[in-house]
Amino acid sequence: MNEVYSINGPVIKVKNAKGFKIMEKVFVGKQKLLGEVISISDNFTVIQVYESTTGLQRGEKVYSSGESISAVLGPGLLGNIFDGIQRPLHTIFENSGAYIKPGTNVPCLDMEKQWDVTFNVSVGEHIRFGQIFAVIQETSLIEHRLLVPKNVSGEIVMVKPNGTYNMEEVLIQVKDSNNQLHDLTMIQKWPIKEPRPISKRLPLTIPLVSGQRVIDTLFPIAKGGSAAVPGGFGTGKTMMQHQFAKWCDADIIVYIGCGERGNEMTQTLDEFSELIDPKSNKPLIERTVLIANTSNMPVAAREASIYTGVTIAEYYRDMGYHVALMADSTSRWAEALREISGRLEEMPAEEGFPAYLPSRISQFYERAGYVDTLSEKSGSVSIVGAISPQGADFSEPVTQNTKRFVRAFWALDKELAYARHYAAINWNLSYSEYINDLSKWYNKNISTEFLEARQKFITILAEENKLMEIVKLIGKDVLPDDQKLVLEIARVIRVGYLQQNAFHKDDTFVPLEKQLKMMKLILYLERISQQVLKEGKAFSLLLRTNMFEKVIKVKYEVPNDNLDLFEDYYKMIDEAFSAIK
Amino acid sequence: MNLQYIGLKEINGPLIFLDNVKGIGFEEVVEIRLDNGTVRHGRVVEINGDLVAILVFEGTRDLSLTNTVIKFKGKPMEMGLSKNVLGRVFNGIGDPIDNLGPVYVDEYKDINGEPLNPVSRLYPKNYINTGISSIDGLTTLIRGQKLPIFSGSGMPHNDLAVQIVKQAKLSGEKNEKFAIVFAAMGVTNDVANYFRRSFEEAGVLDNVVMFLNLSNDPIIERLLTPRCALTTAEYLAYKHDMHILVVMTDITAYCEALREFSSSKGEIPGRKGYPGYLYSDLASLFERAGIIKTAKGSVTQIPILTMPNDDITHPIPDLTGYITEGQIVLDRDLHQQGIYPPIGVLPSLSRLMKDGIGAGYTRDDHQALMNQIFASYARVMDARSLASVIGEDELSPADKSYIQFGKQFEKHFISQGYVNREIKDTLDLGWKLLSIFPREELDRTDEMVLEKHYNHDAAVGAFELDKKSFIKELNKEEI
Ligand SMILES: Nc1ncnc2c1ncn2[C@@H]1O[C@H](COP(=O)(O)OP(=O)(O)O)[C@@H](O)[C@H]1O
Ligand SMILES: [Mg+2]
Repeated sequence: MNEVYSINGPVIKVKNAKGFKIMEKVFVGKQKLLGEVISISDNFTVIQVYESTTGLQRGEKVYSSGESISAVLGPGLLGNIFDGIQRPLHTIFENSGAYIKPGTNVPCLDMEKQWDVTFNVSVGEHIRFGQIFAVIQETSLIEHRLLVPKNVSGEIVMVKPNGTYNMEEVLIQVKDSNNQLHDLTMIQKWPIKEPRPISKRLPLTIPLVSGQRVIDTLFPIAKGGSAAVPGGFGTGKTMMQHQFAKWCDADIIVYIGCGERGNEMTQTLDEFSELIDPKSNKPLIERTVLIANTSNMPVAAREASIYTGVTIAEYYRDMGYHVALMADSTSRWAEALREISGRLEEMPAEEGFPAYLPSRISQFYERAGYVDTLSEKSGSVSIVGAISPQGADFSEPVTQNTKRFVRAFWALDKELAYARHYAAINWNLSYSEYINDLSKWYNKNISTEFLEARQKFITILAEENKLMEIVKLIGKDVLPDDQKLVLEIARVIRVGYLQQNAFHKDDTFVPLEKQLKMMKLILYLERISQQVLKEGKAFSLLLRTNMFEKVIKVKYEVPNDNLDLFEDYYKMIDEAFSAIK
Repeated sequence: MNLQYIGLKEINGPLIFLDNVKGIGFEEVVEIRLDNGTVRHGRVVEINGDLVAILVFEGTRDLSLTNTVIKFKGKPMEMGLSKNVLGRVFNGIGDPIDNLGPVYVDEYKDINGEPLNPVSRLYPKNYINTGISSIDGLTTLIRGQKLPIFSGSGMPHNDLAVQIVKQAKLSGEKNEKFAIVFAAMGVTNDVANYFRRSFEEAGVLDNVVMFLNLSNDPIIERLLTPRCALTTAEYLAYKHDMHILVVMTDITAYCEALREFSSSKGEIPGRKGYPGYLYSDLASLFERAGIIKTAKGSVTQIPILTMPNDDITHPIPDLTGYITEGQIVLDRDLHQQGIYPPIGVLPSLSRLMKDGIGAGYTRDDHQALMNQIFASYARVMDARSLASVIGEDELSPADKSYIQFGKQFEKHFISQGYVNREIKDTLDLGWKLLSIFPREELDRTDEMVLEKHYNHDAAVGAFELDKKSFIKELNKEEI
């Protein structure tokens, strides 16, 4: 019989164990704590336990399950909040109160719930893995498309009539080539550490538009791409993730709170239930799945939370949706790996992290992509991972290794955050390698002027950077007027454009059309100013027109739904500047 | 099930090892009875076959392999609680030390707590008026928040904590009951007495529960002190609907105890020798702040930590900042200039304030004022560093206006002494200070807000700005 031999925090060992498989799900002890087999040797099988092991005794039994840790996939995921091992937190709250007790065993999805099913297959048709056999209106926003599970393909021999069914009822029956019958229900399981198969990967050519100017304009991420947001505490990682989750133009959001604050998850839940998506006029929660493994929940489950989240994301992708996944913070997951590895007395690599850290990180980000699905649709998973570097030092292993596998890097800066310049993205350290692949899309769907204006912005900011080296030594006063103008325009770009207030009703999300109009206005101001300077007028006269301040405040003064107001600004600038002349 | 074992196999630092032990639960508590009759407490920290490692909280001094009897209690560490704990003083492991006898127990609670379900939390929104401008105005404290003070040795963090406690209108509103739970970890007797006296002066001593693990008390005991304190706080908040302010000092001493435990267990050390799980361990304390839907009370935490070497990137403040909902950072430069409270406003932050300020909470212009002050004060720093290179006289008029603002802001807004300021006065003072600038410099603020609150002449009068002030100079140059 398999029994607990040793206990060290979340790591337990079973001596002379029989019958376990690597990565197998097991139940540990009287409380049936959820665990996973992580190594097997002659003498010992090592298990990491996803719940608190307090009170566990030597000699308690360990039960095999024969299967890997899996996500339960089906309708009812959207609008819900789960812990790292996909236990539904609302249900746990209703059943057992304010705290999560170890050994809590509740079904992941509401098994009683009745769903309206519409079938789109009929008897006699052939069907295989990944194809859609029926649809359910899961929320008012999202149609849930039921997919044929793995290892099922063949001829449909039974289809229920359209109607209302619960989760466990057999909906269709498929007979495979061995004449074996398969019963298909609304739910299926998928091992969380195994990527769901696709038909083929597609190039990344469409941006994931977030309405955040510094991202969409300077450092965009593609649908199906991946980005990292590193930053010290308080620099705005979580806000950035929330902004994405609220406003980005994905169909589905999977938000993973991994080893972070409980109140932030509560806030997300509250806010998303109230916030109305401007496009659909429906609460944002209807397109969102929340996974909360907060910092005070068991450490081992942090790892599971990341994989559970990405599996759910892939599942909706396979229905033909664009899914954006936020993971806040991947550092806590890496630290969980380090802690378990330490307890296994594995040989540590950099800063105590195990040698397999880079491969785990790469496997995770590799699950992003824009694909043709087995259901003959296309969909995508985009991943935005926050990183919490120790001491805000980006040279640490998690940041460095993540950098190798993501193509957009949004470096958050403490100094900018101290000055309350949010989003505190440092434009010198950040980059996006997607920009070339996306240029066609911007040119076609917005305007060719968009990327031109972007390039001018980058040039001005770079110039400012150079000039500031001088200013730091001798002050601004001695600069010639044209260079003073560069600094002033750069300030307008920084304060008026890059800086964006997440708490302002209009500024929190800005459509690309408005972004372009803002850029053009700023560049117009630059051009006119240069002309006036060329005519020999002093720079201080330009300043006195107050036009720079006016343009900085455009973001608050022109509402997103009345972009015509921009025309007034051109007039205003012309008048003010011709008055100088 | 009270199992008893005689004798030990090994003693190593604060750890003892027993062989041939059966039926013992992980993290179970034990009682260690010495042959001289004294009793110590421990906890099972590892089980390896028949071998069990136990951490002894009071230390292993005088223990030998033969002079002890170990009694396993069959349950994790618990604290006996009732409303009678109010006004009492306990040691670091929760035994009363005020000679008032044992506490009547209504309920026993596991001191480790259990993780709160995020669904059961109520997002904190009500602000606590501390009467301190740099806190109320710029890093507003919210009921149910965890907001630490990052300090350094020799700085007045204790005074600040006491001032917050005293001024926080703890007994203001009717029908609401308040109490303070104070946990001392590794601080001196003087410090503990200072807090005690201050609570007494404020007339709240009957509503204070104190847990004292002082600098000469057993170090490992410190690992339990905040847990006893927080268990008490949760009990009072969630069972008796009280609003609890928990002051814990010094988190650095707590972390050092954890490091000592970890190294004696032979664990692989992380940064600066602290264990890799320091983040999770601290989170298991700080995450116990909050409000839950099923009760009326709240637990607000003000942990105090002294940053070794004033270094905010040191693992202790660093990991704390990653867990807590902001931080109040004390600044040694301001302190040396005699400014009290020496709050460095730029690195300070309250993450929960956005939902607890503004119309209906403080005042509609609060957010705007705060954004502008942060932006302007950040530029003061730039102007100062430029001045240190080229000299103040050589600065541009605009930069001079920042130097001027910085001086007045520190003198009037940050430096406030032990005065209790109403929020309205704090906000008005803020606008008055910002009005030192020419209006165009206030580039973070809506015109409408400026219309209402900007008044340059008032600022010139109030702060006795020079006739030939920088603004005149600025205007002259432009014409
Ligand atoms: N875009 C933004 N607009 C306004 N405030 C912001 C923005 N980003 C961050 N902040 C402020 O910074 C604080 C910390 O941000 P947060 O995302 O929680 O930081 P992190 O997750 O990096 O520790 C927030 O509470 C908020 O006050
Ligand atoms: Mg965060």
